[in-house]
Amino acid sequence: MSSAIRIKNGKVYDPLNGIDGEIKEICVQDGKIVDSVPDDSPCIDAHGMVVLPGGVDIHCHIAGHKVNLARKFMPENKRHDVSPRVNELRSGTGGSVPSTFTTGYRYATLGYTTAMEAAVPPLGARHTIEELHDTPVIDKGFYILLANNVCLNQLLEKGRMEEFREAVAWWLNAAKGYGVKLVNPGGDEPWKGHKNSNVHDLDEQIRGFDLTPRKIIKALIDATNDLGLPHPAHIHCNNLGHSGNYTTTIETMKTAEGRRVHITHIQFHSYGGEVGKNPTSKAKEISDFINNNPNVSADVGQVMFGEATIMTGDAPLTWQLRNMTNKKWINADTECESGCGILPFSYQEHIYTHALQWAIGLELFLMAKDPWRMVLSTDHPNGGSFMNYPKLIRLLMDKQFRKEQAALANQKAINSTSLLDLEREMSMYEIAIISRAAPAKLLGLTHKGHLGVGGDADITIYDDQEDKEAMFNAARYVIKSGKFFIKDYEFCSDFQGRILHVEPEYDHAITQKLRPFFEDYYTIQFDNYPIADSYIHDGEVVPTKSLS
Amino acid sequence: MKLSLHTLPTVPLEAEVICPDKFIGNSLDAISAMTVMHGNQACSLADFFTLTDDGLETIEVDGDLSKVKLIGSEMTQGKIIIKGSVGAHLGALMTGGEILVTGNAEDWVGREISGGRIVIKGDAGHLVGSGVRGSDTGIQGGEIIIHGNAKNEVGNGMRRGLIVIGGNSGDFTGVNMKAGTIMVLGQLGQRPGASMVRGTIFSTQSAQLLPTFTYNTTYKPTFLKRYLIYIKKLGFTIDDAYLNGKYQSWSGDSLELNKGEILLFAE
Repeated sequence: MSSAIRIKNGKVYDPLNGIDGEIKEICVQDGKIVDSVPDDSPCIDAHGMVVLPGGVDIHCHIAGHKVNLARKFMPENKRHDVSPRVNELRSGTGGSVPSTFTTGYRYATLGYTTAMEAAVPPLGARHTIEELHDTPVIDKGFYILLANNVCLNQLLEKGRMEEFREAVAWWLNAAKGYGVKLVNPGGDEPWKGHKNSNVHDLDEQIRGFDLTPRKIIKALIDATNDLGLPHPAHIHCNNLGHSGNYTTTIETMKTAEGRRVHITHIQFHSYGGEVGKNPTSKAKEISDFINNNPNVSADVGQVMFGEATIMTGDAPLTWQLRNMTNKKWINADTECESGCGILPFSYQEHIYTHALQWAIGLELFLMAKDPWRMVLSTDHPNGGSFMNYPKLIRLLMDKQFRKEQAALANQKAINSTSLLDLEREMSMYEIAIISRAAPAKLLGLTHKGHLGVGGDADITIYDDQEDKEAMFNAARYVIKSGKFFIKDYEFCSDFQGRILHVEPEYDHAITQKLRPFFEDYYTIQFDNYPIADSYIHDGEVVPTKSLS
Repeated sequence: MKLSLHTLPTVPLEAEVICPDKFIGNSLDAISAMTVMHGNQACSLADFFTLTDDGLETIEVDGDLSKVKLIGSEMTQGKIIIKGSVGAHLGALMTGGEILVTGNAEDWVGREISGGRIVIKGDAGHLVGSGVRGSDTGIQGGEIIIHGNAKNEVGNGMRRGLIVIGGNSGDFTGVNMKAGTIMVLGQLGQRPGASMVRGTIFSTQSAQLLPTFTYNTTYKPTFLKRYLIYIKKLGFTIDDAYLNGKYQSWSGDSLELNKGEILLFAE
């Protein structure tokens, strides 16, 4: 039985191949996009529909132990959002942190076929892979947290840069990670030992180490570039959420010195004002810097009004937020690798800071000259659930709707930004860039985010509607690796996606140097630490290349 | 409408369909065929109950209903009379109407209600008028009147409304309370008002309070007399000494806002 599909008469948007709304035929065979298929192949007449590559989410939190803790400690958030079993599909619960099955299905229902879990301590990688195996349909991978790693910090403070790079490569192999994530570089490790200890400046010495955050950031940017990883260092900067933090963000970007770097949820790092006082928007300064520095890319981390869950490796931040909300929270310590904090959160229109965050996110989208380097995310579930993406797309595409929504929010906040002066409306082509082509390109996934021959047959087809929110909320067809997940609005079949990971080369001599550290400080034996290849049921190694 | 239990469920029966809002406008046949979940089995109401249409809108339910839960869920109007004991989650999320139980009730009576009145002539289980686990908000209005005793965590997270316990209450009465009034005519259990933010807890007996509560004064609260006269009309026996007596006023929980009050009968 041939698995060929022909999609004809659809309006195709494929920015990586420069196709902007042409009526074009797309052919699929054996999970890949091909030139042509036999004439008698099953055919979709996509007349009046829009054909896009499957969505790619560059930054979200969907699996691992912090996600699971959040699910467990917020039953009140889930009980009114139950997904019953439908056809072959498994049951689950929603809320701002859906259960594994529901996460996969809901992403796919929106037309997303790839998502990257953004923060996993390597020690939690095994758990994460277990959960990703149970997150159906979509392809996925995860970034490992390395910026508060005691072992790496020790190598770094002794200036053993070669070994540092080898260790990063070993860790990526051992954890089956896709990329390197930096969260509050250098800040968590002292916080875990001393109350209210954190770092607030890139050149401040980290308590307990002869190091500064800048040294850690520089070392990891260099290591990820030298190892030729498909995705550069993925940085959650210091001082997240603090007024006046935009200078830290710009300094962090400067640290890259022209090498590739990705700054994540940059909206949370674009505030002016004085520490401890109300923030102001510095979206212009941040946008200008990114517009002028082609080595820097970012995702926005848009805030959407409503329920959210803060979950981050930035433990000191969650402690501060906890003191603001006075609600339940979770604080955790992952041995020598990371901190973690979780708390329920609600973004409300009438609150100055929340309205400002919402406006800054939109400013960043609309001020970016190069949509290839300012891509879509809500930092799910930190800024809001990924289920808000259709609404966010409408906000970007529809100036009138944006103004109506802005009128409902805190006016002092909205008027302090330039949001109402921004007349730009994104085109479907640009939306295809920020939600599909650009994230795939930034991730180095050459076979995703486009509809060219040889690409993965991850395709979504929407009815071309005036209301873009309604349009993106319900894909009419979702094809993942050439298989139908949704066919004419109906769920068709349940299947697994792949786990994407990298295997950078390293000198095995490094293991002998790391072993004593594990024996001294870890609760797990060194030989039990790496995840065996057999553990990944359906994996794909994305090649690394040496850039030097 | 009259319902009489003819088959005792072996596991708790989820009978949220027994509710005036669901019955109104439906024929006897349609009501008999309504779905109730018996464990993971979908059954019809007639599998467990004999239904008789007496032409009245009030729903009367007979039998040992201690394994029938969620009766009167989300009801907004009308009246349910339960002759006997009733299972958990009675009147969950109700916003109006009245439920009267002649026997005892299990746990979670009036979970998260925001209106209406629930009267239990016997005893009630744990978590009367509470929020669900994980939620910080319990009932947001309405009245829950228990003539007998209640077990632990009465009014957990309560935000508005009135809970009256004719007998004794269990431990953690009014825990996490945000506002509203809890009146206990018997003895309070251990640690009443733990972590309360605002609201009033009243008892006719002395009680051992947490160290985070501070004594203010002994006085005659005027409002309390009005409340006592009101609940006397609801059928409670109130001694004149309580109507005209003095009460110790305690403030707490100082770990929170310290704006809650506990009033204990003094003399």
